[in-house]
Amino acid sequence: MSALAIEGVGRTFPGVPGGVPTIALQPVTLAVEDNDFITILGPSGCGKSTLLRIVAGLDTPTTGRVVLDGAPVTAPGADRGMVFQSYTLFPWLTVHENICFGLREKTMPKAKQDEIAAHYIARVGLAGFEQHYPKTLSGGMQQRTAIARALANDPKILLLDEPFGALDNQTRSLMQELLLGIWETEKKTVLFVTHDIEEAIFMAGRVVVMSARPGRIKAEVAVDLPHPRLYTVKTTPEFSALKARLTEEIRVEALKVAVAA
Amino acid sequence: MLGIAFFVLFAAAWAAATFGGFVSKTFLADPVTMLREGWTLFAKYGFAGDIAITVWRVVGGFVLAAACAVPLGIAMGAYKPIEAFFEPFVSFARYLPASAFIPLLILWAGIGEMQKLLVIFIGSFFQIVLMVAVAVGATRRDLVEAAYTLGASARGVVRRVLLPSAAPAIAETLRLVLGWAWTYVIVAELIGASSGIGHMITDSQALLNTGQIIFGIIVIGVIGLISDFLFKWANQRLYPWSLA
Repeated sequence: MSALAIEGVGRTFPGVPGGVPTIALQPVTLAVEDNDFITILGPSGCGKSTLLRIVAGLDTPTTGRVVLDGAPVTAPGADRGMVFQSYTLFPWLTVHENICFGLREKTMPKAKQDEIAAHYIARVGLAGFEQHYPKTLSGGMQQRTAIARALANDPKILLLDEPFGALDNQTRSLMQELLLGIWETEKKTVLFVTHDIEEAIFMAGRVVVMSARPGRIKAEVAVDLPHPRLYTVKTTPEFSALKARLTEEIRVEALKVAVAA
Repeated sequence: MLGIAFFVLFAAAWAAATFGGFVSKTFLADPVTMLREGWTLFAKYGFAGDIAITVWRVVGGFVLAAACAVPLGIAMGAYKPIEAFFEPFVSFARYLPASAFIPLLILWAGIGEMQKLLVIFIGSFFQIVLMVAVAVGATRRDLVEAAYTLGASARGVVRRVLLPSAAPAIAETLRLVLGWAWTYVIVAELIGASSGIGHMITDSQALLNTGQIIFGIIVIGVIGLISDFLFKWANQRLYPWSLA
């Protein structure tokens, strides 16, 4: 049995009064196994973020349902950790306090909180920055803290909504390697939304390609590149072949958007 | 430095107008007379006591208003139904001028301390409620969502996200409204009181002593400046994270 089941999940936003409703997502069905790393790749506005928000419980589907470990998802919860594209660290808390946010909510003893926080701070390479406030950190450091904060909560599944979208290219590749390294050692189920083809291939065990709006799943492509993966994998012929294929898939969708516009 | 320069310029213009004989001494005392009258006030008429009673009234009424208004404002900012219930009335009440209540309050509460506190309370309460509600309601949506995905309950979100996020804006609101509370107390004291800075000013008006009136007004300004400074200093200490 798969850990996460997305069953015919669709989302229609009501239009302005008198206008036509907007179909953001056509019914999508997707099964995610334990410890899968799945990237959802699609052009801007294809509803991939909407799908992720529905899994997180931050949005409710118009049709279908999401089931995690046999229980239907109705609201956000600590079992689904989320990293947002925007910087969502609490500005009034230090790096350490941000990472402990969810643990404190569980009323975990302070010593245990500190131990877990220290582990993930080291894991994302932020040792020495524990007492810093978010505004003094770079974008990459803020997102690393956000990843540590989500992981510290030990969620069943980690949801990432274009977490590196606002970062520069060099920082972005370093962050990809960092996250993949964590996944390789700690094993987690991950849903990762992106519009970047290279990022989608490099991170994934399986790439789910979505069509232009209204979004639906257009193709699923398994990525059989060996682990541990280093950035050098991006220059291998296997990687290039996958990239060529996905580029073609996405290009067709992007063209649809361009023609419609 | 530029700010101080204007104070100097202002005092110079005043001195020129009065010493130069452009304005009758009956209507505007010169700065030196003003200072001398000020000294007389302290030395002979116990002006320090007047200042103390006025400060007490402002702080008392303001603290009372804040203690009631901040929780209500937070509840309105956090829960839409509560906001829908109170907001129209509070918006209406906000435009009722506190000074217009003074005759009514004198009827109800006499000219004692209760009346002064009530004037300040009415003048401050509705303003604080609305501004706090807006500050809490303006909390970044994505921070609230992040807290929910970290397992926070609705109460946890109010306590650990909405409150700390709005705290600097709430403190700023209190600083502003305290300034207005000073206006209300003086008006209340001008109309019916037997002590306080406002009362001293009415007395001096009867004696055509513009030096004492101006001194009283300047004392109010100085106290306002000090309280403003203390508030700013406290905010910077309390919320270092909110500074750019």
